Amino acid sequence: MTELMLPELGHYALILALVMALVQAVVPLLGAQLKMTGWMSYGTPMVWGQFFFVSVSLFMLGYAFVTDDFSVAYVASNSNTQLPTPYKISAVWGGHEGSLLLWVWILAAWSFAVTLFSRSLPEDMLARVVAVLGMVSVGFLSFVLHTSNPFNRILPQIPREGSDLNPLLQDFGLIVHPPMLYMGYVGFSVAFAFAIAALISGRLDTAWARWSRPWTSVAWAFLTLGIALGSWWAYYELGWGGWWFWDPVENASLMPWLVGTALMHSLAVTEKRGVFKNWTVLLAIFAFSLSLLGTFLVRSGVLTSVHAFATDPERGYYILALLAITIGGSFVLYALRAPDIKAKVRFTWMSREAFLLVNNIMLVIVMATVLLGTIYPLILDALGLGKISVGPPYFNALFVPLMSILAVFMGLGPASRWKNTERSTLIKRVWLSAAISVVAGAALPFIMGGKWNGYVFLGMMLALWIFLTQMRDIADKLKHKGWNVKGLMSLGRSYWGMVLGHVGAVITVVGMTLVANYTQELDARMLPGSKVTMGEFQFELTDIRHVDGPNWTAEQSEIRIWEGDKLVSVLYPQKRRYTARNQVMTEASIDWGLFRDLYVAMGEPLEGGAWAVRVQHKPFVRWLWIGGVVMTLGGLLAAFDKRYRQKAMRQAGVTVQATESENKDTGAVTGASA
Amino acid sequence: MNPKRKKKLILVSAMVAAVGIAVGLVLYALSENINLFYTPTQIADGEAPIGQRIRAGGMVVDGSVKRAPDSLQVQFAVTDYKHEVVVSYTGILPDLFREGQGIVTMGAMDDKGIFQAVEVLAKHDENYMPPEVEAALKASGKTAADYQK
Repeated sequence: MTELMLPELGHYALILALVMALVQAVVPLLGAQLKMTGWMSYGTPMVWGQFFFVSVSLFMLGYAFVTDDFSVAYVASNSNTQLPTPYKISAVWGGHEGSLLLWVWILAAWSFAVTLFSRSLPEDMLARVVAVLGMVSVGFLSFVLHTSNPFNRILPQIPREGSDLNPLLQDFGLIVHPPMLYMGYVGFSVAFAFAIAALISGRLDTAWARWSRPWTSVAWAFLTLGIALGSWWAYYELGWGGWWFWDPVENASLMPWLVGTALMHSLAVTEKRGVFKNWTVLLAIFAFSLSLLGTFLVRSGVLTSVHAFATDPERGYYILALLAITIGGSFVLYALRAPDIKAKVRFTWMSREAFLLVNNIMLVIVMATVLLGTIYPLILDALGLGKISVGPPYFNALFVPLMSILAVFMGLGPASRWKNTERSTLIKRVWLSAAISVVAGAALPFIMGGKWNGYVFLGMMLALWIFLTQMRDIADKLKHKGWNVKGLMSLGRSYWGMVLGHVGAVITVVGMTLVANYTQELDARMLPGSKVTMGEFQFELTDIRHVDGPNWTAEQSEIRIWEGDKLVSVLYPQKRRYTARNQVMTEASIDWGLFRDLYVAMGEPLEGGAWAVRVQHKPFVRWLWIGGVVMTLGGLLAAFDKRYRQKAMRQAGVTVQATESENKDTGAVTGASA
Repeated sequence: MNPKRKKKLILVSAMVAAVGIAVGLVLYALSENINLFYTPTQIADGEAPIGQRIRAGGMVVDGSVKRAPDSLQVQFAVTDYKHEVVVSYTGILPDLFREGQGIVTMGAMDDKGIFQAVEVLAKHDENYMPPEVEAALKASGKTAADYQK
């Protein structure tokens, strides 16, 4: 009998978590304002308690899935007794209610991490940060409890069978993609909390930037990985080999990423040089607001995609209200405090500060164009001015040139110095890289495609440019430090994080350029025994047979791929029918490699036993995601730079009076110094 | 004007110019790539432009899907239960394409009154109804029950 009460226990735990979040949002903040240590110390225990109870809640939902408790409405509509167990667990975040519970849990986990790793933070700062995180938590916990309770029961008529998880989501990519993406989205709440706490206290100094930096880097790393996983999943699971569709939901994740990237760089300037403080705070507010906007777009049902679930206007309004409060409140606070923030440090237009400022401006402009293209149809629709859609050509036409300008500055940034760079020094450092990238970039279209292609030239030239200037910078540094392991180590994790981040971007640019320009694709009508030729490959359909899976049945073809007389690969694409929902799914089959993928998917049955089959040759497509993984590693490496811990320990002893002079002593350690 | 102010003026004018160009480009790109949606009734009334990229959609008419025997060409009709539009498409239809299902296509009207689709939009859930189609059905005021041939 006790077992039957478990979902109610999960629900109850969620209510307790909300109560604790309320205390966490109010008491420590009051304590910090009134300078009462006792009140401030409420923060940490509340965070821990909240984390514990949300964990209990998440566990109860998972338990309901694993034990097929179809009396829980959410389980009944997203699971099935035939569903393999790993998918039962990932089904926890396969629908609206559960994915929001995951959102709240990740927020609680980030808050928990903040209390663990920021013990050296001044007490009042920690209290304010924790309080801001508590406010966000209150908003989302009450959202879950009011509009999206995953523990609602279907009583007394308990269904005997669940209606199964959407087959598209029954996949490894979907087990890991949402948690990674949410780690990124929600992670920006920490940077946001630091920014708001600094605004409240009025202490917007380099110490604040140093505290925020590792958190921002980690959140950015997870967001990068989440986006890469989403793109990879779309590539093989949506069935047709596309990797980015400019779908509003993809844009919703790209926008915080763009601003997050700007924030990381701006924080570096604020920490090192004490400038751009206003701007950095604004970016932190933007990054989190865009994460919320993303959640709104995806969860409110205004968009139509795999991520949009049953439309319920109340949910949309609720998130919209949360968004309005967050953005409105933050900007009021910003408007009150920002005029007091002054920087005394000067720099010229040939300095690293200036180049990073250009980087920031470009990233924000790109974000604004993506935002416009994403919400313009929504606004027109809301005003009753007609139903339109903005096509991918709009995004491509703006994204490519703007990011190209950014890429030029990505090469100049590491080659320049803080404050001022002599023009001759800069030219001396980059001219060779520039010359090689132009010449090699111009030659590559002929080598790879046999004829001129402006896009390939542009993409490869910029990739080479970023790569070569970065390598040159490493070489210059090692000249002084010595060409050995000790020299390499002495550059610091922060520096290597930046190198990996930039090299990852290079790898992704190469992948995008080549796959977008040199993909070959063919739709063919094929019978067993028929053969089609595409480029140097022949695809032979040898067999079609019926196969059965745990919760699906499928038609499976055997396709042999020949290159001349050599058998390259045998692929088994399937057309599946998931029995519970009677839904048809294309399972593509891919022969993957570092330099090319061969992609085969079954279309639909035609007359006389024939099938429509799509075959594709995709050069360098893996580079897209490898680049994403390298960028992720870069972000993580930068976050675990030793100096964050050393600094923290040193500060624990002293009263924190961070001033402009403080940034001088950090310059020597990190790669950001020239 | 002192040199410092002059420098500032140049900087500000440059920024204004840059923003102006950027906004111009954005609006141009946007105006070139907006695809308006037309209901079958609007198309039947001749409101849809010929040869221009638009979107059209409705419920796929039962029994209207015809595959060519030797190619990937396919033809079907969509309706808002008031009027029908014939859609022609070459390629593989999405998994959730079915007769009686609401769908949206992208393409252009040809001079014979046939919608030449370049893309049939895939949706990810069989219970899902594109909002454009829902609005089209509402506008026509007819339901499947009115639509018996």
